[in-house]
Amino acid sequence: MNVLQLADAPELHVDARPLPAPDHTSAPFWALAAAGSLVFQRCTACGAAQFYPRPLCILCAGAVEWEEASGEGTVHTFTVVRQNLAPPFGDLGPYVVAMVELAEGPRMLSNLTHVEPDDVRVGLPVTAYAVRVDDELAIPFWRPSEAR
Amino acid sequence: MADRTPVIVGVGLSDYPVAPHLDEPQHHALAMQRALADSGLRKDEIDGYMCAGGGTPSVDAAASMAEYLGIRHRWLDGTMTGGSAFEYFTQHAVAAIGKGLCDTVLMTYGSDFLSRLGRTLGTKGFRGAGERTPGPAQFEAPYGNVLVGNYAMVAQRHMAEFGTTSEQLAEIAVAVRQHAEMNPLARYRDPITVDDVLGSRMVADPLHLLDCCAVTDGGGAVIITTAERARDLPHVPVSVLGAAAAQTHWNISQLPDFTRSAVATCGPEALAMAGVTVADIDTVQLYDSFTITVLVILEDMGFCAKGEGGPFVASGLLRPGGALPLNTDGGGLSSCHPGMRGIFLLIEAVRQLRHDAGEAQVPGCEVALAVGSGGMMSCMGAVVLGRGVR
Repeated sequence: MNVLQLADAPELHVDARPLPAPDHTSAPFWALAAAGSLVFQRCTACGAAQFYPRPLCILCAGAVEWEEASGEGTVHTFTVVRQNLAPPFGDLGPYVVAMVELAEGPRMLSNLTHVEPDDVRVGLPVTAYAVRVDDELAIPFWRPSEAR
Repeated sequence: MADRTPVIVGVGLSDYPVAPHLDEPQHHALAMQRALADSGLRKDEIDGYMCAGGGTPSVDAAASMAEYLGIRHRWLDGTMTGGSAFEYFTQHAVAAIGKGLCDTVLMTYGSDFLSRLGRTLGTKGFRGAGERTPGPAQFEAPYGNVLVGNYAMVAQRHMAEFGTTSEQLAEIAVAVRQHAEMNPLARYRDPITVDDVLGSRMVADPLHLLDCCAVTDGGGAVIITTAERARDLPHVPVSVLGAAAAQTHWNISQLPDFTRSAVATCGPEALAMAGVTVADIDTVQLYDSFTITVLVILEDMGFCAKGEGGPFVASGLLRPGGALPLNTDGGGLSSCHPGMRGIFLLIEAVRQLRHDAGEAQVPGCEVALAVGSGGMMSCMGAVVLGRGVR
């Protein structure tokens, strides 16, 4: 299932941003994102869902497996960053950093795009997409669901 | 049997808020020298040391500073939880002194943030462009959040859930500034109003410039010993009545409840250990990295119910002469924030409990509360201090 539509978004300057260094635990998340899937982890013992990925369940230390998210969520909270001196962010203009709560429960920090910062509200329904950096790496972003 | 009640007998500040003549270890050294002079102790009586470094993250901060200061310790603590490390230290020192692992413990702090890095610490970002980010931070680094943004997201959620307003948060900055007006050394002393805060430029919505702490240089030192040893020392000893600590997360994405900190756990624990209630607290020295930090701490301590912090602070009780004077030295918002402010909370509480706070003195101050916040409102420590041995 291709939950993450891959978008070209040169205005986001994604390839100039600090990018992840995939490791043994995180690599599947990034590889799956590049293939169009957004995933989180679920514990095979207690059923708890979690993100970011770890080698074990942080509630019961049980084994975890990947689960595909629907790519739908809501804005749990957010801010509009109006001053960031670090490149490339200083050139973006005001941008939205949000905690998105997945329909499945876990939260992800991300940027909310395709929306005027002043129109963002807590509870806004949002949909995931991704911007490709190279063949092996794509970064998930979110936009208002009705804008899809 | 000797009274091993832990008491603070010496406090010292290095030079602040602007001290280009001092580097980081020199801040530690100057603060230690002044705390020793304040205490009346000889340096060789220090047999325990606690240090979380300063402006430069360093895994060997405690050991390297022990060498720099010439501390021959038999008990060492290098717990690094950010700005709350000093409240964690206090909790640990209570146990170490009580158990007899050491008798006289020194904690030091120093940072040359302002002179070395400038005043935009909170909006510089954490990583360079194109740099690859390992570990948990790899899931946050691509999105350009800034330090201020973490607290802004707490404020935004608090506003959405409880109707808290920017005016109410601004009152916290105003109350702290009014105390700074009485501190000749404070970084910012010009009077401000709620409208001034709301009119200052937005840094990360909903936090304005004047909702954010200053960036300064500075350092501090605190010496804790036994009530027995304190008997023939010059100052009224200040007892550590209660000390507790707790953590909810480290990276902001892992904060379980964006309107609640770990003070909800460790605050009541510290009060219970001290055998007091919030009604007994005469002044609060709370970590004011941002106005919202203070609001959340007040609620989590139980000064008011969760969600009622806005109306609670709007009554003006945090101002000089109010029922609960806040950050009587001018706080991090207006006076001194070199990166990890927690030690200054203890030092100002001691100044109040000694009745040595001059114009800013809270009349009849008998019990003071210091609550430190470290990381992104992550690691929290609450310390209840009392005048005299009790």
